[in-house]
Amino acid sequence: MTNQEKYLNAFVAALEVAPGEAPTLTYGESKSWDSVGHMALVAALEDAFDIMMEMDDIIDLSSFDKGKEILRKYAVEI
Amino acid sequence: MTDESALLALPPYGLIREEKHAFLTGELAALTRLHAERCPAYARMLSAAGVSPDTVTSFEQLPPLPVRLFKEFDLKSVPDEALAKTVTSSGTTGQQVSRVYLDRETAALQSRVLAKIMQSTLGGARLPMIIVDSPATLQNRDRFTARGAGILGFSLFGREKVYALNEAMELDVSGLHAFLARHEGETIFLFGFTFIVWQYFYAELRRSGAKLDLRNAVLVHGGGWKKLADQAVSRAQFHDALRDVCGIERVLDYYGMAEQAGSIFMECEYGHLHAPAWSDVLIRRPRDFSLAYIGETGLVEVISVLPRSYPGHVLLTEDEGVLLGEDDCPCGRKGKYFTVLGRVRHAETRGCSDTYESR
Repeated sequence: MTNQEKYLNAFVAALEVAPGEAPTLTYGESKSWDSVGHMALVAALEDAFDIMMEMDDIIDLSSFDKGKEILRKYAVEI
Repeated sequence: MTDESALLALPPYGLIREEKHAFLTGELAALTRLHAERCPAYARMLSAAGVSPDTVTSFEQLPPLPVRLFKEFDLKSVPDEALAKTVTSSGTTGQQVSRVYLDRETAALQSRVLAKIMQSTLGGARLPMIIVDSPATLQNRDRFTARGAGILGFSLFGREKVYALNEAMELDVSGLHAFLARHEGETIFLFGFTFIVWQYFYAELRRSGAKLDLRNAVLVHGGGWKKLADQAVSRAQFHDALRDVCGIERVLDYYGMAEQAGSIFMECEYGHLHAPAWSDVLIRRPRDFSLAYIGETGLVEVISVLPRSYPGHVLLTEDEGVLLGEDDCPCGRKGKYFTVLGRVRHAETRGCSDTYESR
């Protein structure tokens, strides 16, 4: 699986959305991406890429694109 | 109002009296103006109190909003379409609940400030976490109880989280054993509400005789002592009892409420609650609402610079407390430190609210 696929799968599984919907979501504004979904998403991303995100990055993770930018800090290129 | 990045750059426990006074006065005057413009009920309260944000020279002059008004009125300063979530306190059936309306900005500020406070308490790394509660607490995602919101807020600081209780609120001893085996030698972070920790965690360990080794753990708990005080359990007994059943040494209480989430008052190693940069406490004499001296019991007023979507920046609680000092706690943290004695008696007999206790 490519990183891109893993990344998309994490969103799909954690937020229970269709693959096409995932890139349009933002934290707090999409019903599926609420604070419960957020914690599931963080766990899914950490599992998928075997990383441990810092608190500030978890808070900053607010959109599909922002997440890619944050993962770069952990040497994960999407 | 100070922008978010400048707010977050403040040292959590580094402002001394004069700096903090100036910061809070400017910040709270601006917040008072904002809420008066956007929340008509708040504007009426302010004008009834004869206070204008433009003439306030000290934040201590701002009239506190009784916290129970969040049960009686929908107090918000943003249009409905800007609301990101609503947090409610969990009352028992028939009891009115508080409703706190959050937009994204305020919710994010709360999370970030809580992160600063917790980083200062636990260190920067996220620790393996045991949530002393049941996953059922988070079932209704549309309307969070304050208990659920607290669990989620603190979950940020943990990783590989497990719940100590199952859906039926029963202690999952084998699950905890497996978790502790996976994390042998690591510092474990436990979070829970005081009463839940006592009733469903401590009491069950005591009853069953099950062994858990939590010598390497830190427990952060909050939500109030009322139910424990009713059972005549003191803070010292709480600590001793927990150490007895699982060896835990670091047990830290915090004082906070759904109406001012984020900027909580965390206990230090000397057992004192501390006001961080973003919040403050005033103790008022119930007779005339004048400010009490250090050491004098009074009503607890709490102040937070975070609420932007609802007028909750200056609140009068229904708790009694004592200011212990300012800038000179032996732990080294600057700012005020205090203790909370419990709910004011008349508030209890009116059956008003289990807000802090039963989250």
